Amino acid sequence: MRRLLSVTEARPPAAAFATERAWRLNPQVALRDEAFGALAYHYGNRRLVFLKSRLLVDLVSSLGEYPSAAEAIGALVPEGRRASYERALARLAASEVIDVR
Amino acid sequence: MSADLAPLPLKEQFTRGLDAPICLTWELTYACNLACVHCLSSSGRRDPGELTPEEARGIVDDMVDMKVFYVNIGGGEPMLRPDFFDLVSYAVGRKVGVKFSTNGTRLTARRAEQLAALDYLDVQISIDGATAATNDAVRGEGSFAAARRAMDHLAAAGFGPFKISVVVTRQNVEELDALAAIADSYGAQLRLTRLRPSGRAVDSWEALHPTAAQQRTLYHWLVERPGVLTGDSFFHLSALGEPLDGLNLCGAGRVVCLIDPVGDVYACPFVIDRQFLAGNVRHPGGFPTVWRTSALFTSLREPQSAGACASCGSFDACQGGCMAAKFFTGLPLDGPDPECVHGHGEAALAARGERPQAVLGHSKVHRDGTPVPVPTPVRFRSPARA
Repeated sequence: MRRLLSVTEARPPAAAFATERAWRLNPQVALRDEAFGALAYHYGNRRLVFLKSRLLVDLVSSLGEYPSAAEAIGALVPEGRRASYERALARLAASEVIDVR
Repeated sequence: MSADLAPLPLKEQFTRGLDAPICLTWELTYACNLACVHCLSSSGRRDPGELTPEEARGIVDDMVDMKVFYVNIGGGEPMLRPDFFDLVSYAVGRKVGVKFSTNGTRLTARRAEQLAALDYLDVQISIDGATAATNDAVRGEGSFAAARRAMDHLAAAGFGPFKISVVVTRQNVEELDALAAIADSYGAQLRLTRLRPSGRAVDSWEALHPTAAQQRTLYHWLVERPGVLTGDSFFHLSALGEPLDGLNLCGAGRVVCLIDPVGDVYACPFVIDRQFLAGNVRHPGGFPTVWRTSALFTSLREPQSAGACASCGSFDACQGGCMAAKFFTGLPLDGPDPECVHGHGEAALAARGERPQAVLGHSKVHRDGTPVPVPTPVRFRSPARA
């Protein structure tokens, strides 16, 4: 898998993403399910992000139920693919689709 | 669309269409107090069949049901619609974000304060030059000053980062830095879009569209400034190198469409022509049925022939360019864009047959039906050689 998501409009500055912290889907973000995954729209920064796999959508939607992002990844993502999902979450943190709770 | 489909590249998914548009343009009225020479909807006169306030709110309800996150509102001049504020308030109240484009003439200090009080609202003020001379030649005498007053009102009202929207032309392409400076001075975002030969620009495109050298300058200018918004409109330039930010595909009828003031649904905002009319929101089933089942949109979502572009190494980058640009310059839809960066468009233009005639559209007319001349003839200047 090349990239798990793509971001339209201006690229956000990189923000710190710490896997040991507790994250959640940002309450300002709405998801719309699509065959490829989902569209995510942030009503605050007006950014539209494409989540390019069903698993990423599940991961993002259930982050709030786990004490840390690392535990969510561990529970939901098969072992060989965890690094790419961690990178995807880091980019989603940078575009504020997910935030620390 | 089924979630069980074998995964396809995102671009391919988009070209096959989504259950709902990502981005919808909604022109609220054909009424306009300006008469820009490149108006893509040939606006001027209000159409007596305009959607009623009740019908307009019904469209917002459809967007809520379809999870359309935001709508681009334009016209004509949307602020001329008497129910403009009611409708915008209704939409943002239902969490359908609104980005609206205005010439700013009706954006008074009081209106700016009302706008600043709304969430999920973006305002785009249109200017087509960094000076009154360049802008007013296209948009009409006094239109630059009016737009700047509107920007001043938004700034004074604390609206926050509004957008300044510019159609790139041969005459203003040298003013891009100055336009960026105007945006910076307000803390605003600059948004550049491509001139299409649609509406009244059927007649003015030849004089206004950037030269090949200017297009290359524009491409590099944009690559260096990822913060400048483009509405994905310059994807034909992606054949020059690294793709520009955005989807880089023609989304007409697949991920975008246009609802016009009388409820007609077109494949995109730049093809207001019967050939690209998918249906009307007043028909049974309304907008969702037009989007999902119209014959036109269904055919646009089928694999398209690359035609004369099939053997070109840049086809993956530019996808043959803009359907509207081809249609209104009389080029085949499966051939090169008239502004193809490899020059294939120029050859095609030289060889073309008949092109669509300029239609009167909603341009203002005298009582006897003859057109009121657009009052701002383009001043021809020698094209800049970048």
